[in-house]
Amino acid sequence: MLTLERVGKTYGNGVHALEAVNFSVGPGEIVAIVGGSGCGKSTLLRAICGLDTPSQGRVLLDGETVTQPHEKIGIIFQEPRLLPWLTVAGNVGFGLEDRPKPERDARVAEALTRVGLSDKARMWPRELSGGQAQRVAIARALVPRPEVLLLDEPFSALDAFTRVDLQDHLLGLWADRRPTLILVTHDVDEAVVLADRIMVMRPRPGRIFDTVETDLPRPRDRQSSDFDRVRRHVMAALDRSLKPAVKSDANEGAALWW
Amino acid sequence: MSAAIEPAAQPKRNDAKRAKSVLSRYSSPALGLFLPLVLALGWELAVRAGFSNGRLVPPPSVIYATFAELAKTGELQRHAAATLARVVSGFGIGVIAGTVLGAITGYSTLVRRFIDPSLQALRAIPSIAWVPLFILWLGIFEASKVTLIAVGVFFPVYLGVMGAVTSVDRKIVEVGRAFRLSGFNMVRRILLPAVLPAYVIALRSGLGLGWMFVVAAEFMGASEGLGFLLVDGQQLGKPAQIVAAIVAFAVIGKITDWLIVGIAAPFLRWEDRFKSQASQD
Repeated sequence: MLTLERVGKTYGNGVHALEAVNFSVGPGEIVAIVGGSGCGKSTLLRAICGLDTPSQGRVLLDGETVTQPHEKIGIIFQEPRLLPWLTVAGNVGFGLEDRPKPERDARVAEALTRVGLSDKARMWPRELSGGQAQRVAIARALVPRPEVLLLDEPFSALDAFTRVDLQDHLLGLWADRRPTLILVTHDVDEAVVLADRIMVMRPRPGRIFDTVETDLPRPRDRQSSDFDRVRRHVMAALDRSLKPAVKSDANEGAALWW
Repeated sequence: MSAAIEPAAQPKRNDAKRAKSVLSRYSSPALGLFLPLVLALGWELAVRAGFSNGRLVPPPSVIYATFAELAKTGELQRHAAATLARVVSGFGIGVIAGTVLGAITGYSTLVRRFIDPSLQALRAIPSIAWVPLFILWLGIFEASKVTLIAVGVFFPVYLGVMGAVTSVDRKIVEVGRAFRLSGFNMVRRILLPAVLPAYVIALRSGLGLGWMFVVAAEFMGASEGLGFLLVDGQQLGKPAQIVAAIVAFAVIGKITDWLIVGIAAPFLRWEDRFKSQASQD
């Protein structure tokens, strides 16, 4: 169980990025966080995984406060961020350095088969396509068997076909061990396809504005009317979340005019 | 004449392509050798034909004879060994100091602000200007020579390492943090491999300067070394000996550079370079 208690973040330069975010996510649940740019989505994710420490409140994993990167929390970034000096297999096994070699090799081979890249094990990252590289990054994050996996707009740099393919792939991988997934995205379709619960964030300062339960059976049909209904619901919430910000922008503009 | 009409032409064309690539592999060094060979041969013939006595600019055959003579008596080896020993010890000291200080200043902004300006000011001094001081401080023997070489090697290595450490990609470091690496393991598994390509370049430019400064060091008074051969050749009017020493410098300098490249190559196979891509295609 991952719990956020009034998590807030103010950066050193005075930017108030996050204010009093409260929620908890149960084991095996998939949560998507959507919102306009600059609403603190990535800040929130970085606070959960311990790369940044929140200025207020705390993040708890099974009752234990997370203040630095935790072995049960994995993260996948927007870019694959593979280490160019390691082969594909070396990258996947990066988090298993302390395990004996036979176990490490077996788990790396299994993960690579699972993401469909076992024939690429000995290649360098530069020889992979964008989608393949991101699959390696997913395998790298999953191989240490995290309880919570955070994804920071993981598919936003990919083309539409690869994106859909990888979303299905991710669900397949999730079904193996059912970790908690927290996915930050600006793609509403992606959120509706993947998540059990969608949280809409609102900017300046970033906070949770609305929560939508998708409540759709898996696998989800992107063309169904239920899918469309949830999507429109999220879209509407997103629209409302941005409105006050637009108004204040207009005021600022007026002030500048004078 | 497309492959679709005449499929048998396909393998033949591949063969031709391969033959062409083999040709280009050997032809480009050969092309570079053409000009010096023609000049050497021309000069040799000119001296043989009596157009010049070749006293100040000895023809290749005389240079070769001098080289062989020096090698036979063991003189060349003795002088080369003395020079190499100076370069190796000066390079070693310069590299260690440059690496340590470069890594520390690259890593810590505070230390960089503290000592980098002083080092940059020292760097602006032409290193040869230190020679009189080094002689006063350290005497005229090995210590002052090795120190001069070490100073020459230090700055490119220091700058290279500091630049490499400060420009390590924050995103890659974050991957290390996400996998809970810190301290020694962060250095070993993330920082070291990330700075290695730049470090090899820094070592190579440091080595180049080391060879430059060993000549300066040996000019200031040495009883052995390739630099001594140069001075000796000038004072006794033996241009062939000067050229032979220059050739020895070129050969040994190139070999030491190859050593660095060769030792580092297995660790740098991952590099995404324009050249390595081109050779794959």
